Amino acid sequence: MDASQSSAASPRISAEPPLVVEMRGIVKRFPGVLANDHVDFELRRGEIHALLGENGAGKSTLMNILSGLYRPDAGTIRVKGQAVSFSSPRDAIRAGIGMVHQHFMLVPSQTVTENILLGLDEPRFRLRLSEYDRVVADLSERFGLKVDPRAKVWQLSVGEQQRVEILKMLYRGADILIMDEPTAVLAPQEIEELFRTLRSMIREGKSVIFISHKLQEVMEIADRITVLRRGRVTAAGLNAKQTTRQELARMMVGREVIFRLDKKPREAGEVVLQVEDLYAENDKGLPALRGVSLIVRSGEIVGLAGVAGNGQRELAQVITGLRKCTAGRVLLHGEVVSNRSPRFSIQRGMAHIPEDRAAVGTAPNLSVTDNVIMKRYRQPPIARRGMLDMAEATRFAERLKEAYEIMVPSVETPVRLLSGGNLQRVILAREISGRPAMLVAVQPTRGLDVGAIEGIQRLLLEQRQAGAAVLLISEELEELLSLSDRLYVIYEGRIMGEVRIPDKGASEDLVEKIGLMMTGTPLEQIEGKGATRE
Amino acid sequence: MPDRAEKTSTGHIGGVLRSLAESPIWVPLLAILTAMIVGGIVIALTGGNPFAAYAGLLQGALGSKKALSETAVWATPYIFAGLAVALAFKGGLFNIGAEGQLALGAVTAAWIGYALPDVLGVSIPPVIHISLAVGGGMLAGLIWSAIPGALKAYTGGHEVINTIMMNYIALNMTSYLLNGPMKDPSPTNVIARTPQIAESARIPPIFPGLRVHWGFVLALVVAFITWWLLWKTTLGFEIRTVGANPDAARYAGISVKRIIILTMAFSGLLAGLAGAIEVTGLNYRHELGFSIGYGFDAIAIALLGKTHPLGVVLAALLFGAMRNGATRMQFLTQIPVDVISVIQALILLFVAADAIIRYIYRIKAPAERVVLTRGWGG
Repeated sequence: MDASQSSAASPRISAEPPLVVEMRGIVKRFPGVLANDHVDFELRRGEIHALLGENGAGKSTLMNILSGLYRPDAGTIRVKGQAVSFSSPRDAIRAGIGMVHQHFMLVPSQTVTENILLGLDEPRFRLRLSEYDRVVADLSERFGLKVDPRAKVWQLSVGEQQRVEILKMLYRGADILIMDEPTAVLAPQEIEELFRTLRSMIREGKSVIFISHKLQEVMEIADRITVLRRGRVTAAGLNAKQTTRQELARMMVGREVIFRLDKKPREAGEVVLQVEDLYAENDKGLPALRGVSLIVRSGEIVGLAGVAGNGQRELAQVITGLRKCTAGRVLLHGEVVSNRSPRFSIQRGMAHIPEDRAAVGTAPNLSVTDNVIMKRYRQPPIARRGMLDMAEATRFAERLKEAYEIMVPSVETPVRLLSGGNLQRVILAREISGRPAMLVAVQPTRGLDVGAIEGIQRLLLEQRQAGAAVLLISEELEELLSLSDRLYVIYEGRIMGEVRIPDKGASEDLVEKIGLMMTGTPLEQIEGKGATRE
Repeated sequence: MPDRAEKTSTGHIGGVLRSLAESPIWVPLLAILTAMIVGGIVIALTGGNPFAAYAGLLQGALGSKKALSETAVWATPYIFAGLAVALAFKGGLFNIGAEGQLALGAVTAAWIGYALPDVLGVSIPPVIHISLAVGGGMLAGLIWSAIPGALKAYTGGHEVINTIMMNYIALNMTSYLLNGPMKDPSPTNVIARTPQIAESARIPPIFPGLRVHWGFVLALVVAFITWWLLWKTTLGFEIRTVGANPDAARYAGISVKRIIILTMAFSGLLAGLAGAIEVTGLNYRHELGFSIGYGFDAIAIALLGKTHPLGVVLAALLFGAMRNGATRMQFLTQIPVDVISVIQALILLFVAADAIIRYIYRIKAPAERVVLTRGWGG
């Protein structure tokens, strides 16, 4: 009755769904930083609203305010028309706002249902788990969030864990869901599934705020887009269908981003890296590489494409000496480096940009200086006869800080305080400054913002120009296509094929071929079929 | 960036005050103060006068040449053992086994001190004999801690469990030796102790008439060497890197296994040194019960000293002063020395659970918790 009355009273408004969140003039200061400078943001019922901006633009701060983690210094928030003032995430969830953070907050040894019930007042004393398993199963079915309620969280893939986080919020009655960079940790097919889920949620009348710095995704999933730059709104509630990537990128970084990288034609030189019929196992002792062979020459960037988890990680580890292979070998300048030690490879000119910057690439509590000397602390002039010359090390770090534009007040700063892009610069500075013959770069731009990605890609191209051999392992096909001279595709530990990327860019036909290889069709088959059809 | 800034913000306090408030020395200092206050309340509740008690403590610890000498005597093993635990912490390892390593160091030094001249059938010149005794003690400690180090490196067996087990073996072995083969054979002796070490194996006192010996100076020198090792050598860099992130260390080409074993070996060496110096510098023999608790107090000292060698020296001096002053306090006020144990335990409690101190004195937490050791899985 009520609903029909209101729609009768204002028939025009029904075309424009009501606002569920209205943030006005939000100001949030941190020491030395104005994170949110009079930010306005609004969310309508049943929309996916993307919040776009570089790292440090203030997206997460704004959403942490909305989800009750921070209190704003100024500004008002209205949720479903009511003025609210949250002092904890509990208040926010009571108002129907739930945030799924980038880093999951789950207990690995507990089941999905246990994790969802964690911290709630119900059930009170007796855990009637099987009953709740059914409730969770129903909920997951309703939103297409496929996950077994009885599975332990540690058994789940990252994508499934994310679904648990979403279920947690839905179970708590959230109808406004904030997703903080949800795709950063997902494989491409998991991203597709997530998008389907988000769409099914808005069909149910829920609303989603989607924080991201990836233009392509935002264009794909969002109905409207708000862009933040340095704590200010540069575009509010743009219709996603009426904007372009170039326009968004400009508003995000404040200048035109060059999407076409300046890649000069260059003849590849002698073979630097040879991988011959390599077999290796993953951490669980299952076969991860099944006969991988490839070569990389000096002065070329060779891409390795593939969906996450097809052996890329293990291949990078075997090549750099971090993992033993069970058969086959890796040669660097004709010398066997596989099954030796990381130091053996490093001394022969191997550089490695690891996938995990904070857990493997750096020691977060140590300073920038300590981190950049980590691979050369034994060599003069930094070390002489086992003694460290810290003054020399500091000078070295200062030089790298200048040359690689590492934005940090002092080289004595612990690297845990650096942003993702700066952390990657620290790693690149360390790896590249040694003038490596071979550089293995794994996901070098993952999780970085547009400006940082460009800088990192430029550095990789400079290495190619300087005559290094570069093996680029990435899940971003676009990045591989714009940087690589040649491309291998890996699927379930086997190389599906090798293609040359023309200097003028990849044709659609080529991209399709790569796509087929990534899903398990060997190149000979693809080309064989083409031949028979002709 | 802003997310991180949040954690270090202190609201309305200015920048200078903030950096002062975040300085690492505040928590230990305030922990000591708070423990003294709580300890004072305990004294008052048991009918004593806390002010008289603390005056007695102070007088006993620092009030005379003799008091100062005794404080240094107490502090000496604390410094060595505290450095042992702190060094292991820097490498990401928790050496709970200092107690056992120390006991074996003492037994070994004592044997070399009293029996070696007879075994060799010659008298040994003092400098050489002292060096042999002290070196033997160091070696014993080193071997005893390198074993759990190797177990950690090659099997992943956690060093906390293994050093505790090694403690049981070492302490029972010591007890057997002191009651059996190494027992002082003189007919009047009923105590589980070794014979006195030879004159040539004794570290002389610094000042005639006072017990403080050159071992105290050696402790300060060793503290400096430990600092130098950790921050000025490539090996120290490797130890700190493995302690900060073993995965990054391996990736950077550091042999993590080698560093784990070496770190534990050095740690045990320092603990063994603590025992050897007690024997050669102070007691001139080893007796069951002489070294009880040094290895465990060392954990408190390493934590109170924030695992920095200078901090360890200061913490060891404080603990030494309190242990030493306690006797005078009891003599003057009849308050039992056990109160000092209570205060020391409270200091450790407040340093370990620094959230209490931060809450009481409104000190903001550091940007990130400093991880001393890795979890059971690591």
